Amino acid sequence: MSNGLDPAKQRRMAMTAAVCVAVFVGMIGLAFAAPPLYRAFCRVTGYGGQTQVATAAPAQVSSRQVEVRFDANVAPGLPLAFEPVQRAETLHLGQSGLAFFRVRNLSSQPVTTVATFNVVPHKTGQYFQKLECFCFQDQTLAPGETREMPVVYFVDSALEADPNTEEVRSITLSYTFFRSVDDAADAAERAAANGS
Amino acid sequence: MATSTDAGAESVHHDDHRPSFYDWKRWAYSTNHKDIGTMYLVFAIIAGIIGAVLSGIIRWELAEPGVTILPHLVHVPDAMQAQLASGEITQAAVDAYRIDAAKHHYNVMVTMHGLIMIFFMVMPAMIGGFGNWFVPLMIGAPDMAFPRMNNISFWLLPASFALATISMLVPGNGQFPGFGGGWTLYPPLSTSATHHGGASMDLLILSLHIAGASSILGAINFITTIFNMRAPGMTLHRMPLFVWSILVTVWLLLLSLPVLAGALTMLLTDRNFGTQFFEPAGGGDPVMYQHLFWFFGHPEVYILILPGFGIVSQIVSTFSRKPVFGYLGMAYAMVSIGFIGFIVWAHHMYTVGMGFDLEAYFVAATMIIAVPTGIKIFSWIATMWGGSLEFKVPMLWAIGFIFLFTVGGVTGVVLANSGIDTALHDTYYVVAHFHYVLSLGAVFTIFAGFYYWIPKMSGYRYNGFLAGLHFWITFIGVNVIFFPQHFLGLQGMPRRYIDYPDAFRFWNHISSIGYAITFVGLIVFIIVLFDLFLARRRAGANPWGQGATTLEWTLSSPPPFHQFSELPVIKPDPHH
Repeated sequence: MSNGLDPAKQRRMAMTAAVCVAVFVGMIGLAFAAPPLYRAFCRVTGYGGQTQVATAAPAQVSSRQVEVRFDANVAPGLPLAFEPVQRAETLHLGQSGLAFFRVRNLSSQPVTTVATFNVVPHKTGQYFQKLECFCFQDQTLAPGETREMPVVYFVDSALEADPNTEEVRSITLSYTFFRSVDDAADAAERAAANGS
Repeated sequence: MATSTDAGAESVHHDDHRPSFYDWKRWAYSTNHKDIGTMYLVFAIIAGIIGAVLSGIIRWELAEPGVTILPHLVHVPDAMQAQLASGEITQAAVDAYRIDAAKHHYNVMVTMHGLIMIFFMVMPAMIGGFGNWFVPLMIGAPDMAFPRMNNISFWLLPASFALATISMLVPGNGQFPGFGGGWTLYPPLSTSATHHGGASMDLLILSLHIAGASSILGAINFITTIFNMRAPGMTLHRMPLFVWSILVTVWLLLLSLPVLAGALTMLLTDRNFGTQFFEPAGGGDPVMYQHLFWFFGHPEVYILILPGFGIVSQIVSTFSRKPVFGYLGMAYAMVSIGFIGFIVWAHHMYTVGMGFDLEAYFVAATMIIAVPTGIKIFSWIATMWGGSLEFKVPMLWAIGFIFLFTVGGVTGVVLANSGIDTALHDTYYVVAHFHYVLSLGAVFTIFAGFYYWIPKMSGYRYNGFLAGLHFWITFIGVNVIFFPQHFLGLQGMPRRYIDYPDAFRFWNHISSIGYAITFVGLIVFIIVLFDLFLARRRAGANPWGQGATTLEWTLSSPPPFHQFSELPVIKPDPHH
């Protein structure tokens, strides 16, 4: 029913519709900007127990002590045995710790893994600093291979100053091994080849 | 032609070119907002019946503990039957297959019940149906701003519904058909090849994309219409509250649906094109999907209820013979509900472990919604207060809505507390809550609007006894279904399971009886429809008397095919 509408009104209607389309496109853009923004947000705030990466050990060591516990998990279907070598370490805030995790490939195929990690309580993520970690790279394990892998870390003494983390006496550092994406594709191919 | 010209200024229209009802081109090529609105309503009734049947099977299965009904409905593949006959496999193996299949089918039905009711029943009925019919009439416009786009908006919907239906029939989880991961489509259930590798989920994504496109086009159309095509003198602050409610709703659609479209596209590429948005092994995060989904999902629940607020405002005002109490407060309460709706999404996901500060924020923001909602409830009551009340059937549904929505709102405030929600998350308490606000709230407003406007839309009056019967049976039935689910939830019964311990039997059984009662109500509704069109009681231009003051009542019933070719002029006198 555009009859009877003067051109000025039609222009105004086209303008309104154009604004709506711009809003739509903008929201689509925001949706796709969300994944990088979300990752950046997690990295900066330690949201969800995301740990931090440090380049140098801190100069200051606090008198407050914290117990760091270790936890290791394997995604379903991945033929690995994975465990921390030590259950826990107690160290001062700002003091560097060294922990080992032992992983064994139980299968007769090489496995390439990628580790996800976080700390609990989540709010300590922004203070948990890693200097060196096996989780920084993908790990490829030969069939039957056993490997001990190090984590060098410290808990930032800024944790002491944060009223939200006042009651924290222990932090659990957790890893989960997944099959890396490329390796999963290779494994699927191998399985398909064997099946045919 | 078949138009009644018994009253109204519109009898001056002699050139009412209404095409024949039986001309398929009238519907397929329709650019008429009333015909398109009618098609939306018919579509919503059909989809609603399908969704109701799905929930009936769910309640039938849950009437007794154990996996009792669905295994008998499972089709055992011919190959398996041959193996059984030849003794290769035992009867026990076939029974186990039946149980597994039944569990998957149950999950599919829960998923599709939710999606169908939201995207193919409530939204088409409220926005597409009543919105298309009455927004142009109420603002004194000849039609929608973009009539041909309106046609596309509607016809995308059957296409989308067809894809959703096909998705129930093609392989989803292994050999079993359909997607059973819940209407929220969370990864990894929706992305992992081991859970739903089949084409079912891809069809569902495509279906929702198309439904979203339909809604976005509709939203642009409504915004342009309401902003540019109001009759002279109809300022924004003189618009009827139903038009306000649609305006707020379509803005929510325009802002939230693109985010769903983005999240669905990420699911699609994760499934088929090797991206890793939600895959931890590739650096993605499944929790991010929940954030994206609920950034859409929370405004979506207001999209479902806000038009209902508008409908109830018109009805309460009409049958109290008073302008609605606190008009501006009512309009801006809806605007603020819409705004706050965008900043509370994470209360759907307290259990992901988001940290106390964030939880505290989302608890506080969520509870603030109770303020504008409370303004609306109080204003409806204040409108009735001292009014000349008439308890016609639309008013019964509207008052029923106010009562039930308040009950659902109270449990909503309970669930807003993250501490309580940690215990009640994904229990039947949540199911009871959102069915009180949606199944009982939104659906009651749809029926209220239906009985209020059916004399206008069809030109015929409904049978008052049958319509009243429909109300009372439904009112009793839905309460018997959903009130016991509060008890089940508080006792710890989780949602989305086909089976439950014997301890939950009693209230589950009552709940299923409630479904049977409600289903009788649905049959009465269908009888009302038949009676309406067979008995042909003429309605007249305004069957509701002097309380009905909005512009649609100045037209004949049904309105002429084209109206307001001379625009009505709205006087500065309060219209509402």
